[in-house]
Order: sequence, then C-alpha cells, then structure tokens
Amino acid sequence: MNQSEWPLWEVFIRSKQGLDHKHVGSLHAADATMAVQNARDVYTRRLEGVSIWVVESKHIHASNPDDSEAFFDPAADKVYRHPTFYEVPDSIKHM
Amino acid sequence: METLEKVLTPEEQFQARIDADVRIEPKDWMPDAYRKTLIRQISQHAHSELVGMLPEGNWITRAPSLKRKSILLAKVQDEAGHGLYLYSAAETLGTTRDQMLADLHSGKAKYSSIFNYPTLSWADMGCVGWLVDGAAILNQVPLCRTSYGPYARAMVRVCKEESFHQRQGFEVMQTLCEGAPVQKEMAQEALNRWWWPTLMMFGPKDADSPNTAQSMNWRIKRFTNDELRQKFVDMMVPQAEFLGLTVPDPAVKWNEERQAYDFGEVNWDEFWAVVKGNGLCNHERLQARVQAHEDGAWVREAANAHAAKRAAREAVAA
Repeated sequence: MNQSEWPLWEVFIRSKQGLDHKHVGSLHAADATMAVQNARDVYTRRLEGVSIWVVESKHIHASNPDDSEAFFDPAADKVYRHPTFYEVPDSIKHM
Repeated sequence: METLEKVLTPEEQFQARIDADVRIEPKDWMPDAYRKTLIRQISQHAHSELVGMLPEGNWITRAPSLKRKSILLAKVQDEAGHGLYLYSAAETLGTTRDQMLADLHSGKAKYSSIFNYPTLSWADMGCVGWLVDGAAILNQVPLCRTSYGPYARAMVRVCKEESFHQRQGFEVMQTLCEGAPVQKEMAQEALNRWWWPTLMMFGPKDADSPNTAQSMNWRIKRFTNDELRQKFVDMMVPQAEFLGLTVPDPAVKWNEERQAYDFGEVNWDEFWAVVKGNGLCNHERLQARVQAHEDGAWVREAANAHAAKRAAREAVAA
C-alpha cells in the first residue's frame, strides 16, 4: 500500500477580473488537475474567485527571514525614490 | 568592558516581536515550545472540525425539508473546508497531515468534547448551530489576531463562513419555538441537553488550565477560558429568552453590579470524564472517523497511481 501523502500545492485566486492572483492557502492533491478542482471546492464556495492557479509547494523558493535585514535594508535609506522627497513650489500645478 | 546595549537572546527577540504584535511566519525562528503548543492546538482544532461533521452528517438524510437539507450539506462541507485550512496551517510548522490523522485515529490527539454528545432530535441540529457554533465563534474571533500568521489567516476564513452556521441554527430553533407546543418542547429539551456541554467547550476553569498563562503571553490565546465562558452566557441568555426557552441553570441571574450574568458551576467531573474518552459517543465517533479514512484508502491510492501514470506518459511524450 502506498502510504505517501499526496503532494502539497499552494493556491492562488483571482477574486475578479482586473485583480491579481493572491495566495489563499494550500491543499494536498495527487496532480494539478485534482489540485485545481479541490481548490475550487475548498476556496471558492462563495464566489471568491474567477480564476485559480496552483503551484506545487516544492517549486516555491523563498527569501530567508534570517537574512532579511541584509536583504531588505538597502532600500531603507533611499528616500529620494519617493515623490514626497522632492519639494514642489506651491504655484506649480499638475506635478 | 560591558556594552551598553544588552544583546537579546533569540527568545527575547521573539517575545519582543510578539509584544509588538508582529506576526510570526513559518520560517521565522520560534521556541520549540511555541511550535509544539501551536501544532497541538491547531491540529486539535482541525480534528474538531472533522469529527464535528459526524453528528451533523447523521441528520442530512433526515432533515425536515429540502431547504434544511441543502443548508446542512453546505454546513458540513464548510466544516471539511475548515479542517483543511487548519491542517494546512499546522503543516507549516513542520508536522504532516499523515501524522496528525494518525494521532487522531489512535486517540492520542484530542478533539472538542462537544462532539462526543449525541444528536437525538432535529432540534439538536438547531442547538449545534446556535449554541455550539456560537461558542466556537467566540473562541475563534480572537484567534483571527493570534500571533502565528497562518493560523490567524485560516481563522479569518473560518469566521467568515461560521456566522451562517450560527444563524441557521438560531433559525431552526426559532421555527420550532414558533411551531406546535410539541415542537417547542423539543427545542427546550435540546437546549437542556446542550447548554452545559457547550459551557464546557471553553475548557477547564482558569485555575485548572496550566497552559493559559503561557499561551496568553505568546498571544496565541487572547482571552482566558473563564472570560470567554462569561461572554457566552451573557450573549446567550437573552437569545434564549427571545425564543421563549429557559436555560437549564437555576443560578442564572443578571448581576447589576458586574453587568453580567451569574451562573452555576459546570459539572467538572463530567467534563474530565468526556475528555478522557468516557463520553456517550467517544467510541462511536472515533470508529466512524477511522472507518471513513480506511474506506477512502483505495481512492487515495488510485489517485496516486493515476497521477504517476499520467506523469510517466507526459515524460515519454516530452
């Protein structure tokens, strides 16, 4: 008897046309077709979506939280990347 | 030479994040005991959703109308979904679905004792929705802000769906209470059966709940058992009055000073007996669960075999 679990899939749902797919959770399924069907049954019982993506969890690569300071801090001291850094004279319109 | 800034241990850093209400995510460092507590709590919660389908499933074929049958089917399907959200959340902590199910089936893991009580009449379905789901919601709403991200997100989804469960239960009760005298009597009898077991759902008294302090400190729990039990009584007594039903506790009385209802003492001997496996339905529930799992084994195997065959075919074609 095959004791192994069905693989784990991450589920992403587009709630309506024009919006992006958003991660909603995960589930187990034997293959992609079953993962999409199960995702429909589990995550869209109340019209929560118009489109579903599933990705087998093992294919997701993530940044390491232990490195997050070194990884993200370089963006912290670059305020000039934001429009609010610049002073615009009051008399200038449409900028 | 001493440095001015004390170097924080990982535990202290972790607690500081909790205290600042920063959510903990799966790959973050966490104390082993935090991980273990969460796996235990989330899997117990998931098991409760799964076993919770059994007493209601019993009534699907006997629901009094097609409307009630559709509602009950939708509710039972929701419970399966809630179990799945929660199992998935627990899996992010490093346990597996197989392990959790094995622990449930062997009796090692617990589930909510409320499901070890029988559902004798249709009015019991009303009480399960109105009282049991009402108690569950009180437990679950604060869990939407629990410190572990995946658990909190699962609970947001559960709570959104759960409120229909309570309302349909109240509607069942209201319909019975507005019906013939014998129907109202049925509603009262169901309330008599379910009132005390529902109060037990909040767990032992704070004084007998050794894990509460640590769980509050980690912000896994946001309210103590006794606080939630009091809230429940305050919420439910007026609803029972609206229905024209009497809560089966002569000690229930509005306390003007506390601005809350006084109520009697739960039968804790019964509580512990059911927790330890000696409730009316413990054996039956577990047996039904194990059998459902075993009967489904061929489906799981067939799906695996089908997936393997298709993958092999695609590999040849490529």
